[in-house]
Amino acid sequence: MSTTHSTARIVDDADLPMFEASGGDWSQIAEEAARLGEERIVVNMGPQHPSTHGVLRLMLEIDGETVTEARAGIGYLHTGIEKNMEFRTWTQGVTFCTRMDYVAPLFQEAAYCLAVEKLLGITDDIPERASVIRVLMMELNRITSHLVCLATGGNELGATTIMTVGFTAREEILRIFEMVSGLRMNNAYIRPGGVAQDVPPGTVRATRDALKEVKHYMAQLEELMLANPILHLRLKDVGYLGLAGCMGLGITGPVLRSAGLPYDVRKATPYCGYETYDFEVPTATDADSWSRVVLRMEEIHQSIRIVEQALERLEKNAGPVMVEDKKIAWPAQLAIGADGMGNSLDHIREIMGTSMEALIHHFKLVTEGFRVPAGQVFQTVEHPRGELGVHLVSDGGTKPYRAHFRDPSFNNLQATSIMCEGGQVADVVVAVASLDPVLGGVDR
Amino acid sequence: MSDEKNDAAAAVKPGDATTDAQSTSKAALEAGSQTPGDRTSFEVVDVRHGLFGVHGSGDTSGYGGLVTTIAMPGPSERPYGGWFDEAVDVLAEILGESGTGFDAAIESVVVDRGELTLHVAREHLVEVVQALRDDQDLRFELSLGVSGVHYPHEVGRELHAVYHLFSVTHSHALRLEVCVPDEDPHIPSSVGVYPANDWHERETFDFFGLIFDGHPGLARIEMPDDWPGHPQRKDYPLGGIPVEYKGATIPPADQRRSYS
Repeated sequence: MSTTHSTARIVDDADLPMFEASGGDWSQIAEEAARLGEERIVVNMGPQHPSTHGVLRLMLEIDGETVTEARAGIGYLHTGIEKNMEFRTWTQGVTFCTRMDYVAPLFQEAAYCLAVEKLLGITDDIPERASVIRVLMMELNRITSHLVCLATGGNELGATTIMTVGFTAREEILRIFEMVSGLRMNNAYIRPGGVAQDVPPGTVRATRDALKEVKHYMAQLEELMLANPILHLRLKDVGYLGLAGCMGLGITGPVLRSAGLPYDVRKATPYCGYETYDFEVPTATDADSWSRVVLRMEEIHQSIRIVEQALERLEKNAGPVMVEDKKIAWPAQLAIGADGMGNSLDHIREIMGTSMEALIHHFKLVTEGFRVPAGQVFQTVEHPRGELGVHLVSDGGTKPYRAHFRDPSFNNLQATSIMCEGGQVADVVVAVASLDPVLGGVDR
Repeated sequence: MSDEKNDAAAAVKPGDATTDAQSTSKAALEAGSQTPGDRTSFEVVDVRHGLFGVHGSGDTSGYGGLVTTIAMPGPSERPYGGWFDEAVDVLAEILGESGTGFDAAIESVVVDRGELTLHVAREHLVEVVQALRDDQDLRFELSLGVSGVHYPHEVGRELHAVYHLFSVTHSHALRLEVCVPDEDPHIPSSVGVYPANDWHERETFDFFGLIFDGHPGLARIEMPDDWPGHPQRKDYPLGGIPVEYKGATIPPADQRRSYS
């Protein structure tokens, strides 16, 4: 480039290096560094760094190649989803919370709907088939989420093939999501009272075919990652966080299980009938990034086991997928037409042509929504990143009075400092990747 | 809009109803005096007028004089059921031994929808969470964060901090609730007992203005440092701009006609 950099003008001494930065507390940090006269550098990694999984800002104080202090700055993706939910009906809330952690949207939907159902006192009325479909979708989503974690984790270390294989495998499952809900992500498929619509014909077969492909790509990934000495050297003993640290910082999910505690919400406080599925909770004791990669791979296999059991149940039992109470069940029966998902033509024919009461009922439920008795609940589910909690408060109205999501990524990011300090700068990338934060969920 | 309609709309404006609402909530508190002592029997969160829950437009239904008091579930009587009784007994014993006393620390016990909530006096919060974490019969070793709720109608206890605890050892979940007034939003920090609550308390401070005394670095976390106000409070507007679509203007979500 022929143009001179703007800093060149104000540098008097050509030998003196000069750095310029703006925004945040960077100038203060730099001033302090200059005053102390130490040879330490404060590096602002992110919020636009490719290895920060979105918009995470890491403030690293480094001495040579060693990180002496690491802090995480968040909030760059805060969109006020919780506040927005207070101004929409209970059913519309699903479309908001699904956008929090966009890599695992179905978990927010499921947790939120379970909480609404607990508030309504209809937990036991949810049809069996709806719960099976929820489990199916959640476990498929867990596979895609873990695949993204492995893929991006590899990519951040320069292993592009790990990324392409991981994302190709994920694509197989996203096709199933599109087939079932009409959308690849932000599905808004799980609704208070059940799910938006039954799975279309052919889903079971398509899912089995997709699983076959996923297993094929998983075998490739395992060969590529687990037998790779470079990856092993980069990940082994990096980002260590023992059990005491995990419990103190409230870390859950694969990071906690890598420290040896087999804590999984699906086993501890089952929901959606998880107690009736046969699966294991894999653990490790090394508490490092490597063991978290291995754990996530094993969890993918366990999820495949659960999906296969759910598919068998779907084949066996037909039945409704929405609660019977017509005052709660969303009346808009959806169907997938040639141009994507929309209102079912049969339903429109019925409300517009045959039954005025059905039309009124449809209109009232869609515009006004249903009322939920006053009170509060806390519902947790096992999210791919840990324990997702939903605190819902109702004031007896048609909208949530307060909806709070305890996102596992938000909580787990607190471990950045303890995992990175004392290590190398390059290991920061590995440690953060092993936490697998998704900033949409962190900032909400 | 004609002048007549303007008057009609003004008559049911929610702003005018606030003084009314406060007096009715007091009346409702006195009415529910079946619980002993000076404990608040019901948490009145809202007082509604009319039948259909319509806001922002004139109520022409003739039910405008109807007043409904919305209250949160009140304190529960023993037996609470399940493991709740035993856990409360153990906590009462610990608090008794320390000299604090159960009644001084725990304002009320609420069992609702199969979940146990302890309303804790703020000055004893740290002692209570310490006991809940450390006693072998309680062992709530996992903190699932702090969440805030703003109830502007609950005069004198508008801000609530809600703590979600889980015992991995016993598979028990418990909720603590601390209520403080808007004018004095101070709560002792629980970070010393649960380091996990660091960011959660920062978030609750950021969104509600609750000040956690003793927190190692109570700075905003989601909003910019110089942001005015606390966005999740009920007196903070949602914001948004009207959207024009085919000549019609749709107001932002918090100004639309809505039901409650």
